[in-house]
This record gives sequence, C-alpha cells and structure tokens, in this order.
Amino acid sequence: MLEVLAERFNYAVIIVLMMVGLYAVIATGNLVKRLVGLSIFQTSVFLLYISVSKVFGGAPPIFDYKDLAYDKLDPNAIYSNPLPHVLILTAIVVGVATLSVGLALVVRIREAYGSIEDDTLAEADYSLELEKGV
Amino acid sequence: MMSPHVILRVVAKVLIPLIIVYGFYVHFHGEYSPGGGFQAGVVLASAIILYALIFGLDEARKVFPPYWARVGMALGGFIYASVGFVSLIMGGKFLEYTVFHPDVAHGTGQHIGIIAVEVGVLTTVTCVMIAIFYAFAGRTPEISDEDW
Amino acid sequence: MSASDITQYFDYIFMAMLLCIGIAVIRLRNLFAVVMLTGAYSLISAAWFVSLDAVDVGFTEAAVGAGISTVLLLGAMLLTSREADKTSLGRHAAAAVVTIAAGAGLFYALGDMPVYGDAASPANTGVGMEYVDLTAEQIVIPNVVTAVLASYRGFDTMGEVFVVFAAGLGVALLIGLGGSKREED
Repeated sequence: MLEVLAERFNYAVIIVLMMVGLYAVIATGNLVKRLVGLSIFQTSVFLLYISVSKVFGGAPPIFDYKDLAYDKLDPNAIYSNPLPHVLILTAIVVGVATLSVGLALVVRIREAYGSIEDDTLAEADYSLELEKGV
Repeated sequence: MMSPHVILRVVAKVLIPLIIVYGFYVHFHGEYSPGGGFQAGVVLASAIILYALIFGLDEARKVFPPYWARVGMALGGFIYASVGFVSLIMGGKFLEYTVFHPDVAHGTGQHIGIIAVEVGVLTTVTCVMIAIFYAFAGRTPEISDEDW
Repeated sequence: MSASDITQYFDYIFMAMLLCIGIAVIRLRNLFAVVMLTGAYSLISAAWFVSLDAVDVGFTEAAVGAGISTVLLLGAMLLTSREADKTSLGRHAAAAVVTIAAGAGLFYALGDMPVYGDAASPANTGVGMEYVDLTAEQIVIPNVVTAVLASYRGFDTMGEVFVVFAAGLGVALLIGLGGSKREED
C-alpha cells in the first residue's frame, strides 16, 4: 500500500490539487472565483498528463540539430514521451479561449442583474417569475 | 489620455519591439527549439496588450485596428485549411506535406507544410487573443478610478 | 523506489507551493488577490512542466496562463466586482462532501496509474515513443513536439485552431469586439 503511494506520489498530490479546484468551484457563489477554481482544476489535469509522460533519466523530446543533420543521432538516447505534450499544449490555448467565453458571460450577467453572486441571481430570477405570475 | 508614468512609457517603448522580435523568433525557430505558432501568437498578442495597458486603448486601436483582428481570426483558420486543400490538389491526402517537395529523404516538403500551417496558427491565435482583450477592455468599467 | 531522477526533488518544492496557493485561493475573498495568485499558480506549474521535460508546454503555460489569462481575469474583475460574498457554512459542508467523495474515488484508482517516471509503462511505450523515432526519419526536424503537432496530428491541430476561432467569435457575440461601441456614443 505504502509502496503504491510512494511510486505514484505526484499523482496523489495532483489529485489533491484537483480536489482544491473542485472545492473552490463549489464552495463559492462568486462566478469569477468559480472560473478561477475551474482553471486550477484544469491545470491539475494538465499536470496529470505531463507527469505520466515523464521518463526518469530522459531528456526533453528535442534532438541536437547537428546530430540530426549529419545522421548521427544516438539510438539509445532516452526522451520523455512527446504525445501528451502535444495534447496539453493545444489544450492550454483552448483553455484560455474557453475561459474568456466564460468571463464574457459573467460580464453580461453582471450587466443584466447587477451582481455575480449566484444566490442573488437566483433571488432575482425568482422575483421576476413571481412578477410574471408563473 | 496620456499615462503620467514616464518610466513605464520609456521602458515599454524599449520592450515592445523586443517582444515582437522574440515572438517571431519563437515562431520561426519552433522547429529547432521550444516554440511554435501557439506560443508565438500569445507572445505577439501580449506585445499589443502591453501597448494598450500603457498608452491607452485608443492608441492601441490605431496601431492594431479591431478590424484586423476580426479578419485575422478567420484568415488563420483559412490558411490552415487551405494548406490541406493544396496538398489534396497536388495529389496527396489532406494535410500530407510530402507532396510539396520531391526531396522526401530530408523532409523538405514536411518543413514547408509545417511552416505554412504554423503561420495559420499564429494568425488565428494572435488575432483572437487581441480581439478578446479589446472586447474586455472596450467596455467602460462601472468602477471609477477614485474607488481603487 | 526503483528508479529516481534529480528532478524529483524539484517536484516536491513545486507541489508544496501549488498546494499553498490553491488553499489560499479558496480562503481569500478579495478577487484581486485571487486573480494574482492564479497567475503565480500558472507560473509555478509552468516551472514544473519544464522540470518534467515538457519545455513546450511550460512555455505555453507561462505565456498563456500567467500572461493572457491573468489580464483577462483582471479585466473581467474590473467589470464585475472586487469582493466575493461570504459563503454559508452549509455550502462549505456540501463542497467538502462532494470534493472528498470525488477525491476518494480517484485515490481508490491510484494503484492503477502507471509508476511515475517508468519508461516501460503502457503510456510511454506506444505510439508516443514511435513518434520520436519516426520524426528523425520522416520529418527531420529537431523538435518532436512541433513535428507531431503540425504534421502527424495536423488535422487535430486544425480542429484546435477552429475552437480558438469559435471562442473568439463567442466573445465577440457576447460583448462585442469593442471596436464600434465608442463611436456610437
């Protein structure tokens, strides 16, 4: 049990980071703070992927330019796995793009309701429905 | 409105050209070192954002009109997809870069394709980031400066 | 531990810093502090990415996470509010229950994860490592990540570019591009 944890210690910490992000999303009613929590959650997923791809004793997956040009690459060289790097690289840029869409929604909500706390929003919606007589 | 911060203005004037040059270095050196279209796009956008933060949004709009950002957003995706269609027309599969150049052993066709595709990525990412920044900064904040 | 690497010692430092910042983000109610701490969080995770050999990812995270998204969060904070309301105790309890349940499920599955840093793990023996060998033969560029990004998975990246475009379009539809609004006034 302890050995399982010791060999996967970084995954355990990344799970805790994910829990921190999830807690920040649920425990606050402020929409901006929720998006911050969401981005902490997102970063923990990135960290999970990247730490899976780590190989001990490995180098970043970039060849030496001269070795490549003269066809003298060391066949026994160890590199970390490049595939998760590619997936996460694009995910980060898409992540900031979606974050900005979320923030734009929050700005619109603030303009329409004058608040970004979710219980105030729920009350405003409720009184609006009462006025309509639903 | 001119910012009263002389030091910030002078430092920014030195830094912004360097940031832009670094952005293009990251872009075109992306095959040899860490970098590529995504990173370079963000670095270039941050140069415009720094300009807007220090010299004001209206000055930044003169340097990089929102119209460019709107066109560039779509243009980048268009460049990327058209590289794929060109490779189709030249007899390969969609986004198969080897057809661009007969020298397959040294991967010259691949190099051409990767550079062309990364230009598309760079255009879209830069313009989207600048457009998003303009969108947020263009709204007049309800909080007045005295409140800060 | 069977294998080890010098970078493991960096890991512990980064983990400790990230946990401290995460807990501070939960506790703080001043949104300005929260946003600035998020920038620091991104920067530290970028440093950890570099230590985990993902130099491209670290670069991207430093530029995007610590740069652009901090600016965007600051801009959004300026347009909305600067202080989060106090949350009720019941809400904290509910959050704790959900978080602990989700965390317990993940910890239960922890034993199934590949061993950290293992070159022979299933994740590190498949197509990912083949790309390293194939890039030297077929693409002939030094940076394997760029080769996979733009050539082997070019179609995937095209989709990502369109997602970024769609996000820009979404922001433009929601709050306008800020270009014409002032001229109308």
